[in-house]
Formats: sequence, C-alpha cells, structure tokens
Amino acid sequence: MQYLEGRKYVVQAIFLVVAMVFGARLFYIQVLDGSYKLAADRNTLQRIVQTPYRGLIYDRNHKLLVQNTPVYDLMVVPREVKRLDTARFCQVMQMTVEEVREGLKTAKTFSRVKASPLVQNLSTPELAAIQDNLIDFPGFSIQARMARAYETQNLAHTLGYVGTITPALMENPKYAKYQPNEFLGRSGLESFYEQQLMGRRGVKYRMVNVRGIEKGAFRGGEFDTLSVAGQDLHTSIDIDLQQYGEMLMAGKRGSVVALDPKTGEILAAVSAPAYDPAVLTGKGMGNRYMDLLNQKERPLYNRPLGAPQPPGSVFKLVNELVALQMGTVSPATGFPCNWSLVRCTHRHEYPSNVSIAIKNSCNPYFYQVMRTAVMRGRSRNAREDVRLGLAEWRRQVMSFGLGDKLGVDMGSETKGRIPKPEFYDKLYGHHGWNFRTIYSLSIGQGEMGVTTMQMANVLATIANRGYYYTPHFVRGIGNGGPLPEYQQRHHTTVAPQHFEEIIPGMQQVVDGRGGTGNYASLAQFGISMAGKTGTVQNPHGADHATFAAFAPVEDPKIAIAVFIENAGFGGNSAAPLASLMIEKYLRGKVVRKKWEEWLPGSADRFVKHH
Amino acid sequence: MPSSPARYSRSIDWITVGIYFLMVFLGWLNVYAASYSPDAPSNAFSLSFSELMQFNWFKQILWIGTAVVLIVVLVVIDYKAYDTFAFGLYGGMILLLLITLVIARPIAGSRSWLELGPVRLQPAEFAKFTTALAVSRFMASTNLRHQSWRDHLVLAGLTLLPPLLIIASNETGQALVFGAFLLAYFREGMSPLILIVLAAAGAILILALLIPKLWLVGAFTVMLGVVFLFNSRVMRHHLPLALSVWGIVVGMVFGVDFFFNNVLQPHQRKRIEVLINPSADPLGVGWNVTQSKIAIGSGGLVGKGFLEGTQTKFDFVPEQSTDFIFCTVGEEWGWVGSSVVIVLFMTLLARVLYVAERQKSVFGRTYGYCVASIIFFHFAVNIGMTIGLAPVVGIPLPFFSYGGSSLWSFTTLLFILLAIDAYRKQDLVR
Repeated sequence: MQYLEGRKYVVQAIFLVVAMVFGARLFYIQVLDGSYKLAADRNTLQRIVQTPYRGLIYDRNHKLLVQNTPVYDLMVVPREVKRLDTARFCQVMQMTVEEVREGLKTAKTFSRVKASPLVQNLSTPELAAIQDNLIDFPGFSIQARMARAYETQNLAHTLGYVGTITPALMENPKYAKYQPNEFLGRSGLESFYEQQLMGRRGVKYRMVNVRGIEKGAFRGGEFDTLSVAGQDLHTSIDIDLQQYGEMLMAGKRGSVVALDPKTGEILAAVSAPAYDPAVLTGKGMGNRYMDLLNQKERPLYNRPLGAPQPPGSVFKLVNELVALQMGTVSPATGFPCNWSLVRCTHRHEYPSNVSIAIKNSCNPYFYQVMRTAVMRGRSRNAREDVRLGLAEWRRQVMSFGLGDKLGVDMGSETKGRIPKPEFYDKLYGHHGWNFRTIYSLSIGQGEMGVTTMQMANVLATIANRGYYYTPHFVRGIGNGGPLPEYQQRHHTTVAPQHFEEIIPGMQQVVDGRGGTGNYASLAQFGISMAGKTGTVQNPHGADHATFAAFAPVEDPKIAIAVFIENAGFGGNSAAPLASLMIEKYLRGKVVRKKWEEWLPGSADRFVKHH
Repeated sequence: MPSSPARYSRSIDWITVGIYFLMVFLGWLNVYAASYSPDAPSNAFSLSFSELMQFNWFKQILWIGTAVVLIVVLVVIDYKAYDTFAFGLYGGMILLLLITLVIARPIAGSRSWLELGPVRLQPAEFAKFTTALAVSRFMASTNLRHQSWRDHLVLAGLTLLPPLLIIASNETGQALVFGAFLLAYFREGMSPLILIVLAAAGAILILALLIPKLWLVGAFTVMLGVVFLFNSRVMRHHLPLALSVWGIVVGMVFGVDFFFNNVLQPHQRKRIEVLINPSADPLGVGWNVTQSKIAIGSGGLVGKGFLEGTQTKFDFVPEQSTDFIFCTVGEEWGWVGSSVVIVLFMTLLARVLYVAERQKSVFGRTYGYCVASIIFFHFAVNIGMTIGLAPVVGIPLPFFSYGGSSLWSFTTLLFILLAIDAYRKQDLVR
C-alpha cells in the first residue's frame, strides 16, 4: 500500500495547476487587458454634455441682431405610453385625434424605445399650459433647448444659420467633439466663428445602474466641468445701412459692399435676392432650406464674396495706377481715342490727360496705358515681351487684393481671377498669343474675375492712398478686439502720390460736367465723392451695371462697390444706388426720395431698349 | 470522549480552524459589499430586526452564528459516531432527497429547496458530507485494491445515487460535484486510467467544438502514425488496441454533436456555447459571463476598494452575493485580493490533505480526501465560471458565497474531519 502514498503529490499537483491557471488568467484580465475597465465605464458611466449658451451677435451700434430663445419639444417614447386617455390628451395638448395618431405612428417607426419629438418648437406659454398635466401621461416628456432668434430680417447671408451637424461634417477633425444631431453654425459668421460662439461644453458624469437609473455623481463630481457660454460677436455691420441696401436691391440680382477704409470693417454686405434669416430656424426649416436651394434666383448664394465677375471700367483705375507706378505713363500723358483699337463708350473730348480719360471712361486710352505697361521691350520677341510684361503687371495688380482670397472672416469667399501668362499659354500655346489677345483686361473685361468685396476693397485702398486692411465683419469678439490678422495694413506696390494723381479724375466722374457718374453726386450736401462707373459686357444678356466710390475725398469714411446684374449702364442704376447708401451712412438719413422710390424693383427698367 | 477539555483543544487542528474563520470573515465582508446599497440608511442600528432581515449581509451574520454552534456540536459528538452512523446518515439523506423531490415547490426551475417557515434548505448540500462519510466507511470496510466486482458496483451505487436524485430535482450543478469523489478514490488505489480517459474525453469534447472536426481527426491520426513509426515493434503487438482507440476517438469527435444536441438540455448547451464564445448569447447566459468578467477585469491590480465596486453594486453582475461572489472580490480587491483568496484556498486544501494523510485509519484518510476534493471542485468550477474558464454551473464558492445551506454544509464537511482528526491517536487501538 505504501506506493499509493505517492499519489498525494498527483492530487496536490492538480490543485496547484488549477490555482496557477486562475492566477495567470486573473492577471491577464485584471492587469494586462484594459478593455474590461473601459467596458465597466461604458456600463455605469453616463456622460451628460451640457451645451453652452451660444454667443450673441450685435451690429456696430450695439444693436442686437441674433439671440437665443428657449424652445420646447414634446417628446414621446412609444413603448412607455400606457393607457393613454386620448380625449384628455387632445384637450390638454390642443391637438386633434388625427394629429396625435399620426404623430405616434411616426414616432413608432423611428423607435419604440427612444424619445422622438411629437410636437416641436413649443413656445413658453404653450409649454406652461401642458406642463402640469404631463405627469398624467407616462411616456411623454418635454425637452428644452436653445434655438436662434433673429432681431433683424436682413443680413441673412452674412449671419448664416445654425443647424444640426451632418454626417459629412462629422468626418471633419475640426468637429471631432460634436455629437450626432448636435447644432452648429452651418454657414456665414455662425460657421466661421463657431468656436468662439459655441463656448465650452460642460460635462457631467453620472453613474447609472443596470436599469439606467441614476445613482449619483461619479467620484463626487470630480471630473465634471461647467459649461462656459460662447463669446458675443460685435460685427462692424451698420444694420440700418444693411437694411437700406437690401431694400434698394429688392427685385434685382447683385451685390453691394460698403467698407470703412480706415479699418477694413464691412459696413454692409448686400446679396440680392435676400431672404429672412428666421426662415432657416425652427419647425420645417429643412423644407424651407430646400425651397431656397431650388429657386432659380439662387437666394442662398452669397454673391458679394462668392460671385466673381469681370469688373468692367472700374478696373481702369487699377490699370492706370500700375502704369503710373511703372513710370510708363504720367498723369499728363494723352492718348487718342482711337476707335480702331477698341470701341469707346461714347464720343467725347480728346483725353489729353488721365482725369479726362477717367471722367469719360475712354476705352482706347486705357488700352494704350496697359500696352505701355506690359510691352516694355524686355525681349526682342514681342510675344515674349507681352508674357514677361503681363507677369509683372499681374504681380502689381494682385497687390490690390485681387486674384486671391482676401481673407475675409467668411468661409464662402472665392479667389476671383487675374490671369497668368501660363493661362493664355494653355489656351493658345506658348507664344501663341500677343497683346491683342489680352487687351480686354485693360478695361476690366475678358478672362478677369473680381468679387464685389474685392472691388470695394480696391476703392478703400484708393481712399487710403495705397494700403488696405483686410475686410472683416467682426470688430470685437467677447470683450476683445477683432482677430489679429485684421489689424495689419497691406500696402500695394503703388506709391501714395500716384493715388493722388487719379483721384481728381474720379471726382470728375461724379461731379464734373458730363461725368459718367453724375447721378451719384452728393455736391448738394457738400460731400465730395470719388467714383468710377462700369458697364460689364455680358454674353448672356443685358450688360451688368457697376459703380464704385469713396467719400468724402479728403477724409474717406466709406468705400462702396455696387454690382447689379443686367441693369445696363452703370451710371443709371449702380451710381445712384451707391450714392443713396453713402448719403444714408454719412448723413444718417436720405432726403432724395425720388431716387429712393425709383431704384427698388426689377433691373429691366434701367436698360434702354432699342 | 476527551479525557479533559485542555487535551482536547490541543488535538484540534487550529491552523485549519484559523483558515476557516478567516475565509468566512472575508466572505462576509464581500457579501456585505455586494449587498451594500449607498441609498440605504447608513445607520444599521436604527433598523428593526425585520428590516435588517432584508439584507443578505445581516442574514449571513445569523448563518455564521449558527455555524459556530454547529461546530461546537460537531466536535463534541463522539468521533466514533461518524463512523458508526455513516450509513444511517446516508440513508436519511437519501430519504430527505426523495421527500424534497415530492414536496418541493419549484424555485428558479429546480425542485431542490425545502421550506421550513422562513428558512430554506437545500438537502443537496448535505448529500455531500453524508455521501463522503458513507463511501469512506465502505472504503474502510473493504480494500479497494482487492474489492470484488460486487464491491465496485456498491461503491459506484453509493456515489451515483445522490447525484441522480439531485439531477431529478433539476440541480445539475450540485450533482456534478460528486465527480470530485474520483480524486479520493484515486488516492485509495483507483486506476489512474479512469482519470486520464475522463480528462481526454473532456479535452476531445472541447476541441471538437473549437476546431473543425476533420482537422482534429487528421491531427490525431498523424499523431498515432508517428507513435507507430517510432515504436513499430511494440505497436504491432497492440494493433487491435491502437485501432480501437483511434475508432473511439473518431467516434467521440463526431458524436459530440449528437451529445451536444440530443443529450444536453438547451440551457446546458447554451452554457457551453457561451464558454467558447461569450457573444453567442449576449443578453442571456452570455450576459452573466461578460458582466462577470467585466467586473473582475475592471478591478485592476489592487481593486477599486471596499464598497467601491460599481459593476456589482449597480446590479450588472447577476447572483452577485451567491454564485458570483468572486466578482466582488475581483472588482474591489483587484488581482492582489483575488490572489489572496486563491492562496487561502490552496493553503486550506494543502492543510486538509496534510490532515488526511496523517490519519491512521482508511476511513479518516478517505474522508479527508473527499473533503479536499469537494472543496476543490467548488473552487475550480465557481471561480472558473466567473472568469470564463468553466461553463456557468450554479454552485457556490465555499465559505464565501452567501447562504445558510452552503455555509452549514461546508462547515459540517470540514469540522467532521477535524473531529475525527482530534482523536486520531486513540485510533491506534483499532
């Protein structure tokens, strides 16, 4: 029997092996594998995000433009609805039996266990009427949230709108912290300043048991953070001027931009046709958005920043300034109004100096100005000479903020185009083109694209005699100033004295006898104005009317550019419109009621039908 | 009877007693933590008795108190009584199981609980020590090595009758415990082949569920072929044997499905499926296993601290103070605490084996081995199921799990051994 005693070791070994396997397995799941800790947190920790109060938006005179308002959604969890007294429910909720049935059916198709809205956007008084009765209806609850409310019916394109985050936006690392269905700025300032307006989310960690019942704060709230309200935006918009501009542009397509040249602040940015910002908020917003999107006139299009067009004759100013800087012309240079080079606008006196040329907007004059600037004999080959000349000319033109994004605080900005030599190489082949190919650029036509914002900025640059501040909508964030990039001067390549040399001609446009922009004159109020008309040829229909100006000449307070599609000669519509805006801004009121009554309405009336 | 109390106390194995009380105390702490609710009134002294009786931790105090009384009774009884009345107790237990089967109301699908007023007892718990006494007695009266076939049959009958009755009452888990007796029989001379064959059968069953059957058969055939090549002379003599082993294994591999689908009940089948893949039944049995692993796994190295466990406290783990009490240990005391519990069990088992080996009688030694084997089986299956290494079988963790029946049963099991041990010197006369 003695040999059997050895078997005790076998039994001990079996015990020991099992114990060691357990020890090792426990070490693996408790110490090495972290996934169980995460799973435990997922089980018990509920993360409740508190959306902060969104920042408000003001105009330059501290008028409130956008604020928040509480709205309430009546939510229903279909599975929890028990013994619903439909008659009483209808009476309390002010709904018909059909509405309730339909609503419950829709909610059920969404989810039986998750809350979905039965009635959205209840106002506070409506809520008060039903709140006390809610306890009698299990499965129904109220969910409060903040929605945007607008104190203005204007400025919709600039303000933008707030909507739920889309799956596409969720992919963007910028929005990594956003939860599905969370609201955010979807366009305009709401989108550009999302981070500042949003504020900082508060997070509460709550522990819940297996049935989802709250069991108190996690570690006494050690990890909870309070939400920080978003910062208010103080825009540079003068909402009265903005509203006035939108009224004048009613019935037309086009844009108006008014700047304060001294700061680059945008006073007004009109995009026509416009819409009421309140349209893109509240119940049925999605449908209304689709309506706007599908309209032929494209009201959602932010034209001042997003619609580059050939600038027309206004560009002659830039052309002249670049040539003056290059020294290929002087203010006293005269060129014949030679119609064989290019057709002129009308018969006029001999352009013996730059002022007469500007006043009459003489096309052949500026054709010849550009030719001197571009063809400087850098190469024996005339075509190579134009290539080299165009490249240098383009560099100087772009120093006015043309052909590239200005850096406006708006996501929808486009670059426009000042064509490169390579652009024509591609079209016609290397050395396959000459000055005759590109001469349209001299009068702001052809392959050139400039936005109304860029055009207004050119006028602000002329008003400042050589520099500009990047145009911007927001002059103050919270208690601070604008973003730092808006406090830097950008100098053009053109010396200040050359600006002085063209301004008298621009004044002649408005106040000189026979000037193209005489309708814009504010001489009766003692306000001096420098401007330039433009009429942009349009292969698809009537010419586009433009006018750009600044005033007062000696101490510029406003620079403006107006672009009206298919309104014909710039002097007839765009010039008086700009003039009214300047009058409104500088004098605070408008006395020239005749113009004010004539301008609103369709653009057709300004076009002479032959 | 002891000649004097002092001599008697000297002969009691105080080390085992110490480990026992340490385990019962730690068990109570964890039952308290598992049934503790932060919402409940903090001052237990302000509660009335009937209010206190709602708490498992309070009732466990009563069970521990009665267990102490039980211990005194067990060691005061003449040690010879256990030997003498072994068969009588066994008969009484069988009768009790039969009565239970007839009169018990089904509770959670099993007819295994006897209700005596407010107290509920599970007779299956007491079948363990009575059966252990009976088979030890039988082992002592015959010699296993020289037993006749009839003796073998009687022993098998003694061992199998209680589990069959328990299975009839739908408590399969408690019935499986009786497999533990094989370890004791092994020590007393049973052929190791039985253990090996059983282990191999278990391994084949698991492997057949885990890997494709043809691979398994292929691998086994190749293995056998290799053995044949290197021992061709010996193997040729045993060719029929080798072929029949091959046949049996292949038959088992392909029989697994039949066994699985036709012999096991649906809930048992599910428990094995879940062991292999916890996501097979994520909201049913898989839920238990997954949540149990999450609770233990989230404990980390040193645990979340006493009463700080969230998974157990917020009811994510089912049966948290009874069968899944180890989750509280793992979550609140971490790997260190879990290891302490495992080491405690190993120490207890080592001590019990030591005590068993020093018995002069076959009766005492066999009984000691039965005690160690039963405790070990519970330990292995219970902790194994909480960490996903064993199927979910509803048996308690000795001394830790909440419950009077299991505490009394394990206390009786252990202290009868200590009572016998205390008189081992007097056994010399026999």
